[in-house]
This record gives sequence, C-alpha cells and structure tokens, in this order.
Amino acid sequence: MLGRTASSLFWMSRYHERAQNTARLLDVAYRGAIMSHSGQEDGTHWTFALANSGTESGFHEKYDELNGRNVSTYMVFSKDNPASVRNSLELARNNARAVRTGITAELWEAINTTWIDFIDVNPQTITHEKLPEFLAWVNQRAHLFRGALLNTVLRDDGYCFSQMGNFVERADNTARVLNTQYTALLPDIDIADDGSKERYQWSAILRALSGRRSYRFAYPNARLKAFNIAEFLMLTKEMPRSLAHCYNWIADTSEDLSQFYGSREPSLDLAFEISNTLLEKQMRDIYQEGLFEFLTDFIGKNNQFAKQLSEDYNFA
Amino acid sequence: MADDRNFFNEMLDETGGPRQPYKRLAKWLEDKPSNFLTKKSRDAETIFRRLGITFAVYGADEATERLIPFDPIPRIISASEWRRLSAGIDQRVRALNAFMHDIYHRQEILRAGRVPADLVLQNEAFLPEMAGFTPARKVYAHIIGTDLVRVSENEFYVLEDNTRTPSGVSYMMENRETMMRLFPELFQTHHVSPVEQYPELLRRTLESVAPDLTKSNQTIVVLTPGIYNSAYFEHAFLADSMGVELVEGPDLFVDAGKVFMRTTRDPKQVDVIYRRIDDAYLDPLTFNADSMLGVPGLFDAYRAGNVTICNAPGTGIADDKAIYAYVPDIIEFYTGQKPILKNVPTWNCSRPDDLAYVLDNLQDIVVKEVHGSGGYGMLIGPTASKREIAQFRRILQTNPSNYIAQPTLALSACPTHVASGVAPRHVDLRPFVLIGDQVRITPGGLTRVALKKGSLVVNSSQGGGTKDTWVLED
Repeated sequence: MLGRTASSLFWMSRYHERAQNTARLLDVAYRGAIMSHSGQEDGTHWTFALANSGTESGFHEKYDELNGRNVSTYMVFSKDNPASVRNSLELARNNARAVRTGITAELWEAINTTWIDFIDVNPQTITHEKLPEFLAWVNQRAHLFRGALLNTVLRDDGYCFSQMGNFVERADNTARVLNTQYTALLPDIDIADDGSKERYQWSAILRALSGRRSYRFAYPNARLKAFNIAEFLMLTKEMPRSLAHCYNWIADTSEDLSQFYGSREPSLDLAFEISNTLLEKQMRDIYQEGLFEFLTDFIGKNNQFAKQLSEDYNFA
Repeated sequence: MADDRNFFNEMLDETGGPRQPYKRLAKWLEDKPSNFLTKKSRDAETIFRRLGITFAVYGADEATERLIPFDPIPRIISASEWRRLSAGIDQRVRALNAFMHDIYHRQEILRAGRVPADLVLQNEAFLPEMAGFTPARKVYAHIIGTDLVRVSENEFYVLEDNTRTPSGVSYMMENRETMMRLFPELFQTHHVSPVEQYPELLRRTLESVAPDLTKSNQTIVVLTPGIYNSAYFEHAFLADSMGVELVEGPDLFVDAGKVFMRTTRDPKQVDVIYRRIDDAYLDPLTFNADSMLGVPGLFDAYRAGNVTICNAPGTGIADDKAIYAYVPDIIEFYTGQKPILKNVPTWNCSRPDDLAYVLDNLQDIVVKEVHGSGGYGMLIGPTASKREIAQFRRILQTNPSNYIAQPTLALSACPTHVASGVAPRHVDLRPFVLIGDQVRITPGGLTRVALKKGSLVVNSSQGGGTKDTWVLED
C-alpha cells in the first residue's frame, strides 16, 4: 500500500469524526441557549461550543457579535473555520477521493452522498428552528459512514489506518472538551456543595461526548459528580468516547498492524505506553498530579502518537 | 454545408423510416410513454452523482465537479460499418507510431520532403530529448483516442488523433453499465459488442511494453496529477479496474536509475507508468523545473530503459494540428497504402495563401488554435455573430501561425432525448485504441453529442453530453 494511501485513509476517518464532533458541540450549545431556566447567559453556551472546538479566537476575528446565528454559521458552513462541518466533510471526501481505489463502493457512496447533500443546502434555509434537525442529520450521516466502514471494509492494513484516524481524533476531542472545562471537574466542587451550580455544565459535557445516558447506567445512583464524570470520560474503557476506550482500540490496532507487516514499530510502543497509563491510573492519582496537567500531557502524547504513526508507515 | 437541414441522420433515412441497425430501437422508442425517457434520465443522473462520475471545471468556484449530461438513447453502428472504421483506425495508429520512430531517429520522411522539416523540428511538441531513444516495441503512443465525425452513409473523417493522454474511456464503460441497468430489455434484443474488457486489455498492453518482459509480475501504476484534475475520476477508475496503484508524483522517486513507489513498507520498483500528466510536468529535472506534479530523474530512468512511460514523452508531435494536414502523406509513406479514413482539408494560416483564403471565408469555416483543445479559442464561422468574426479576424492577422482552419463539416445526427421529446442532435465518435504487442480497438467508443439544437460543438466543457455507443455483432 502506498504511504499516501495510508495517510488518506487515516485523514478520511479523522475528518469525518471531526465533522460529527463539531456538530455535537453546537447541538449542546443550542440546547443550553434555548433553555432559559439554565440560569446562564446566552453567550456562555455559544462560547462553550467555540472554546471546545478550539475555534473561539477565529470566530471573534470574523464576527463582532456572539449570537446563535453567527456561531452556527461559523461552525457549520464557514470556509474560514478549519474545523467547520463543511470543511471537515470536504476534507474527508477529498481524502476518500484520493483513495477511491482503496475503499469500498458503499463507503465511497456514504461519504460522497453526504457531501453532495450538504453542499446542496442553502445556509439561509437552516434557521434557528431547523438547526437541531440539520445537526441530527450530520450525526446520522457520520454513523452511516462508520457503519459502511465497519460492515464492508476488508480487515487489512487499510482498515487499521482508517480506524486509527477515527480514534486519534476522538481521543483528542474528548481530552480537549475535558481540558477546556476542567474547572467544573475538580473534586472540590463535590465537597463544597451539591454541585447545583455546575449541573448544567456537567450535563453539557456529558452530552457533548454522547455520554449522558450511559453515565446513568455506569453509576447506579446516577448522581452527577465531578469525580465520576471525569472518571467516566477518561478511564472507563466501556465508554466509547473515553480516553481509555480510544487507546485500548489504538493499541490493539497497532498490534494488528505490526502483525500484518511482521515488524514492530515505535508507534506500537507508544500506543501501549499511553494505553497502559490509562488502564493503570486511578482518578485519585490524576487529581493529585493535577487534572489540567494530565489532560494537557495526554493531548501532547496523542499528537505524538499520530506523528509517530505517520513516520512509521511513510504517510506522505 | 453546415445547413441544419442537410446533415446525415443516423437513425432515419430519406423516407423517414429507420435504417437497418436502428429498426428495433425505433420501434421500442415509439412504444414508450412520453415521460419515460425523462424519468430514465433522472435515474441515470442519480447513478452518476452517487458514484462520483464527474469532471472538474477549471475556474469554476462552487461545485467544481460537474456531471457530463448523459443521453439515454444509444448510438448504433453496424458490424460492417465498424469493420471499415477499425481497419482505418488500425492503419492510422500504426502509421503515426512509425512516423514518431522515424522523426526521433533517421528522419527519412523529412529528408524525402513529404513533411516540411521545420514543421517538425521547430514544433513545440517535438522533444529533442527523445532523439535516438527507442521505446519498447518501437511503440510511442500506446493509448490513442481517434476523434471521428460522420458526414454521410460511408464517409468518416478523422478530426484529431489524440496521441497524448486521451480521456473519456471511463465514460464509455460507465455509460454502458448505466444503460444495462436502465434498459436490460434492450440488451436482450440487440447483440451489442461488449466494452467491459477494456481495462484488462489496457493492462495487457502495458505489460507487453515493460522494460524486462521476463519478469513474471510487472508493477504498473497510473500516474495522476491528483484529485483536482478534470479527469481524476477516470484515473482512479482505470487504476481500480486494472488492479494497480493510483500514484501522484510525490509517491514515486528515482534511485540509481530505477523508479520506486513509496509504500507503507519497503519501496517497490515500478516497471510501467501509465501517466496522465503532460510531458512538461513529468520530470522537473528535464522539463518544466517548476513542476510539483512530476518525478525528478524520471526521464533519465526512462532513457536508461528501466521503466516504460505510456504514452512516451514527445507523442504530442503526432497530434499537432499543423502536422495533422500531413497525416495522409504519413500513412502513404510508411504503409504504402491509401488512407482508409479521410482527413479534413486543412488550411495552415502560417501560409500566406491559406491565410488569405481563410480571411475571405471566415463565415463558412472553423478556425482552431494549433495547440488549443476542449473547444476553447475556436471560431465556428456559420454560427458566429458578425462581431465575433470581426474580433477573430483581428486575432488571426496578429498571430496567423497560431491557427489552422477547416471547412465546417455537417456532422451526422443521432436521436437524442430533449425537452420536447426525441430529436436529432449532432455527434462525434472517439474510439479507444491500444497499441502494444498488438493493436486492440474496443468496439464502440465515446459518442459525444451537442445537446443544443443545431450546435456542432460536442465538448463537455461547452455543454456537450455523451451517449452509449453500440457496435452490433453480425
């Protein structure tokens, strides 16, 4: 397989995951903004979406006013926002096009049809009321892509690179959301009061990471607590967006790749190192070391892994 | 000659009845309800869009990928018509390859004065770097798309030879696939020669010109400029259907005179490159130094005989519009036979007499840029306005050697689905020819159709569409 093909498969999945994450963050902000009783300023919700997708400064360069209309346009349709749904879908499709010969017809049709339908949409028609439905559509299309990948692709090296892109991006997204919101996740909050002030923020974090319902199953008393939420999203490997789950996957896939090629590469060691840390660490230890520091370190390691992977397999 | 009432109708004869090859189709069309084709056209468009069978339009910002309109009514060619056509094409492509071998070696045709030496040696498309080098099997152009037009029952003219990197073959194949999905019943009543073997034949052709024929596994690649190229879909399609890698310049490198591709593991040596990028961009060390598309050192590896490039660099000389006028002489010179297919009479505007004639007759003729393509930079006298003609006259007078002119041909017309139902529209034909250990011509080709009433411009960039082309078996 060409190194460039491996790279395109990786980025195809990575950008598709990014499109979905951006859409979900915006959806959370929208919910917050329409619930007047959440007791927060309207702008806070929109800032939540921008900050977590790392596009806050880019937004303020382009817009004077922080409001729902501007934020949704920027996050969904803007060409100037590198993480917008539009740019992510376009880049996902461009990468898929570059490896047309390496993906299944089903996978290509899923990606291509998403893009065709997306650019057919006139942004003017996505009014405030229609936004949730549209974001749900983006989300469903992303699931269709994942489904086509899992159901139709041969389990060879190409499959491994596609999965890597997905989980590296997901781990990055989860870590960044937690990192941006870390003040709400410090255990002092659990002790100081019942957390009623943070309720909204906690609920938003869980929603942003598709974990609101499963959290309630994972913690039988179902009470929202900073400690539990952080543990759930970082160390619970059954939670499909947790850091532990992502790295469990990345480590297994690295192992598959090294078996496929019959050689052990530095990226495999790195994947195991990160994965083991997440398996062995207790939440208590992480709080002791500092939550912010831990997450910042993780984001760096995750990037380092992606870089090592691309070096090991000659991504162009 | 270009009068709209005076063209050859491929389906209907002078009495208005269907000609022999079209008999069954005409009856079938008659029996269908009026909205039937409209619905089928929509189905076809959905298929093409989903599969991503698109071409890119340069300079268009939004939606840079477009669909080429697909006409659901097939164009039919009888077995005997095809035999004559393919014999003519065979003769022509062999002669053109012999011509290239000659001008890059002993130049006998120039010494014999059959083709003016200046026209070849001063030509931008002539590559001095190719002089003295003999490619495998002496084949220069391995893939040729001969553009033909029909003007009467038995008269076909060659418009262009397309010996560089002809495109459109993926449409030939996808059009057929789509037709089989849309109208399976028609394939039961017509014995249509298949086209699906093309990728297999292309692969065999490429393998047959590999530098070392004793190797059991030849590594073949398709070299594309990338996803923004107008024919990218075709590049991916061909690589996929041949089962070979689709590479871009940076995926290849030259080491010790050999070409390798960068894989996720060890570099793999490449034997044959089917390149879909122009000569000038192939190798920044030999040609255009600014090229980001090519492979540094590729040309040296080629001249060292370690890799075959298809088509060879320097094949542009054979489809140069100024050389075109001499192709009948070229055929006679190398084959000793009369040309089977006609050449359109051509005036070279660099010759003062020709220029004078052209300037006097602009309203009746077609003027083309020598190096132009895609229907750009040309004047079609009979349909041009007075202003356009006046404008072109000035351009011609300033830079005459950049132009050739030809009489307007009355292109034949085929039944085509239009808003008002079914009506004749003008067509051309591009059969695809493969030249390696033998000459292989896939029966049929790409029929391009001018969808506007009376229009003679079939180029997809100018609003033309395509049709499936059926060659009937006896």
